[in-house]
Amino acid sequence: MSGLRYIDGVTTLKLDADACTGCRVCTQVCPHGVFEMRDKRAVIVDANACIECGACALNCAYGALSVEAGVGCAAAIINGWIKGTEPNCDCDSC
Amino acid sequence: MSAVIRPAPVGFTRADRMGAWRVRWNIGRNRYRVEPGLYRVGQPGPDAPVVVTANYKLTFDVVRTALADRSAWLLVLDTDGINVWCAAGKGTFGTMELARRVLEADLSDLVSHRTLVVPQLGATGVSAHDILEFTGFRVVWGPVRADDLPDFLDADMTATTDMRRVTFTLLERIVLTPVELSYAWRPRVLLAIAALVVASGFDVWGFSAGAVVERGGWLLGAGLAGLLAGAVLAPAALPWLPFRMFSAKGALLGAIAGAAVGFGALISLGPLAALALLFGTTAVASYMTMNFTGTTTFTSPSGVELEMRRSLPWQVGAGALALVLWVASAVVGVVS
Repeated sequence: MSGLRYIDGVTTLKLDADACTGCRVCTQVCPHGVFEMRDKRAVIVDANACIECGACALNCAYGALSVEAGVGCAAAIINGWIKGTEPNCDCDSC
Repeated sequence: MSAVIRPAPVGFTRADRMGAWRVRWNIGRNRYRVEPGLYRVGQPGPDAPVVVTANYKLTFDVVRTALADRSAWLLVLDTDGINVWCAAGKGTFGTMELARRVLEADLSDLVSHRTLVVPQLGATGVSAHDILEFTGFRVVWGPVRADDLPDFLDADMTATTDMRRVTFTLLERIVLTPVELSYAWRPRVLLAIAALVVASGFDVWGFSAGAVVERGGWLLGAGLAGLLAGAVLAPAALPWLPFRMFSAKGALLGAIAGAAVGFGALISLGPLAALALLFGTTAVASYMTMNFTGTTTFTSPSGVELEMRRSLPWQVGAGALALVLWVASAVVGVVS
């Protein structure tokens, strides 16, 4: 994915280190290698690679992860603005 | 009564190839689906793995052909014919749908193990610990790409780091561009273009067919150049273009294409029209490339929203300026 990096410093991803049990699930579901295991706990090693897909938070059984999940799609955000709703991708483009 | 089990089709036929080609061009893409439910690949017994997928036929075909030389159960969720990742984002490839399909298929009677291989990208919609609680089945996250399924299964269901990473190679980007192009031939877009072309036939002396051809032709050329720059060239060249924002990447290529079109029109239409074509092409390309964010594998909603708030005013401004210059060129061109 070299050269394929998006805007830095915007992700809403948060990890509560105290709640982490070290189960490794976040390292398995994240498609962009945002997490790594250090001293038997997950740590965020590449926050700027996060696409806020929400897979980690949904699959953290201990509530250690939170993120405002959604789709990174301009058309969906415009749809949301027009309809006054959350971004929605009922536009059949993906 | 036992649940329905369908045999998965064998082989990748000419019809499958044709179907895949058609949906890549956005022809009947929303109707390209298979019946959800449980399928047999080969002759699966109680020990055979259960692989979960979506009912988009393009996805189903890739998964069943990846498993072609072995036996497996294929549990197909009803995602309205949408691929796994997008459906997981929408929630249709989700916890409740998977739990329901596991129960409806009587999986606990059919197999001796309690393991489901769910594609990793489904994790956006499927909560593994909830599935365990609801069904007694443990979710093992499968590889991102179906091609890696055989190696994953042979390695006792462990994935390498590469299997866990989403890529976005040149080929992966290019196969997606026809769908981007297809948005331009929606009726309302075509109608707007036709209206602009015909309107280009007006000047202070009235309407002439010659002006429709001359000015309308350049306008059409600028629109096509913007479309190609923004929806094909920019996606293909994505990692090599400067800037993080897609709108800026598209604007750069659009400005180059627009400068070429404007330069070509300079002698016959004059400087105002040339500038109008430059700004118009840039705005179209920038907007088209911004729309490609939703197609990529590495953009976040927070990032896209930021990009849009920063870029839309410029895109609208450039488009409006192009329109003003275009009208002005019709008036001035006659006076001078």
